[in-house]
Amino acid sequence: MSGVRVLVGTRKGAFILTSDGKRERWDVSGPHFAGWEVYHLKGSPADPNRLFASQCSGWFGQIIQRSDDGGKTWTQPGTPPGEQTTPQGAPKAESNKFVYDTSSETGKPLTTHQFFDGKQHPWEFKRVWHLEPSLSDPDTVYAGVEDAALFRSKDGGKSWQELSGLRGHGTGPKWQPGAGGMCLHTILLDPSNPKRMFVAISAAGAFRSDDAGETWRPINRGLKSQYIPDPEAEVGHCVHHIAMHRSRPGVLFMQKHWDVMRTENAGDLWQEVSGNLPTDFGFVVDVHAYEPETVYVVPIKSDGEHFPPEGKLRVYRSRSGGNEWEALTKGLPQRDCYVNVLRDAMAVDSLDKCGIYFGTTGGQVYCSPDAGNNWAPIVRDLPAVLSVEVQTLP
Amino acid sequence: MIRVVLPPHLRGLAHIAGEVQIDIQGAVTQRSVVDALEASYPMLRGTIRDHVTQQRRPFLRFFACEEDLSHESPDTPLPDEVVSGKEPLLIVGAIAGG
Repeated sequence: MSGVRVLVGTRKGAFILTSDGKRERWDVSGPHFAGWEVYHLKGSPADPNRLFASQCSGWFGQIIQRSDDGGKTWTQPGTPPGEQTTPQGAPKAESNKFVYDTSSETGKPLTTHQFFDGKQHPWEFKRVWHLEPSLSDPDTVYAGVEDAALFRSKDGGKSWQELSGLRGHGTGPKWQPGAGGMCLHTILLDPSNPKRMFVAISAAGAFRSDDAGETWRPINRGLKSQYIPDPEAEVGHCVHHIAMHRSRPGVLFMQKHWDVMRTENAGDLWQEVSGNLPTDFGFVVDVHAYEPETVYVVPIKSDGEHFPPEGKLRVYRSRSGGNEWEALTKGLPQRDCYVNVLRDAMAVDSLDKCGIYFGTTGGQVYCSPDAGNNWAPIVRDLPAVLSVEVQTLP
Repeated sequence: MIRVVLPPHLRGLAHIAGEVQIDIQGAVTQRSVVDALEASYPMLRGTIRDHVTQQRRPFLRFFACEEDLSHESPDTPLPDEVVSGKEPLLIVGAIAGG
């Protein structure tokens, strides 16, 4: 029977949750990288046993980890040939070098962005928020980082090069940090067009490349953000997350700071589809594996109160691509619940009955094995959950 | 032989159980010790000092012989007790975050 592997990044390590196709009984492994923040883990679609993890710390910086056995063992990619071990027998490795491209040959050197005080501030690498493995090559993986930039590794995570056309395309000096920092948190690869990719940055907005990441343009027309000087500016919007259905990669759904949005044309124009949501603030958005018009969000009360309205944890589902939303509550706490669900903490599997997963800052990871009708916690007491990804295994 | 004590997170990252002992050719300074440490344990590059600036990361401190050496020049010779191996160089994660 096929199964699922749920990859959970938390404030204090990574956890891997596995189950068969029923998704009723779960094995929990972890914490991996105990004591470190793990912003994101994701498996390669081209080799599901190859996982990449972003391990970081305010004290010790950024580490990239890789597993080639589905998360049983981990190593930092980059052990030099012929130099297999340290004096203690561990693999030698260095995989954490993220250096912004300032060369005149490969991009337009760009050294500052807007800071909280309105002045220009130099780009400073802080951490990797999101890892997006290539759809076809297990050695290629993209990294979205803070301060916002896009990096790519073509050697399995050993070395990283910036795709500097994103920072260098011209609007960079107008980007500024959101409350969580100036992070590139969303990377979407178009399964029908290897040259097309999307990224999203807080607080800059969404961007698209049609030449495999060499050049970029903002795709924020239709967004309206009342909290910035020009609500309809080309950049400056605090986009929280974007989701795509693989069968219609030109249709995207966005959870903005406020507003749930939709585009029919790969971001050329966005329309609001918040409809009857109790609040259109939130972080996550995702799409059903087989129904491209079925979309999920978790409304959060406001930017000042990062918890569900009325203390009721509710996932909202639209079967019409937005505007008309229904609350999904069965199995979720409907009183005294004041957790948040962060931007990368929702995922869907592709079993016959699509499973939906999300994690909370209270350490719960919930699963619905029936597209949102019924929910149950897989685990209740992890550290605050930063990200949730799921792999559907044969 | 220079003795170095790393914080637990970095010992775990480098698979080190206790103190690290390293040989230094030439002057024994913060820079030469970290250089030698990174040569033996490449996974530590970027975790003690920044990849690009080579500056000590803000929340790490260097101590030896009950002295805070964090603001010394990285090229200042370390105390004789560290050079002789009598005392370790302590690389400490700052208590921060409340």
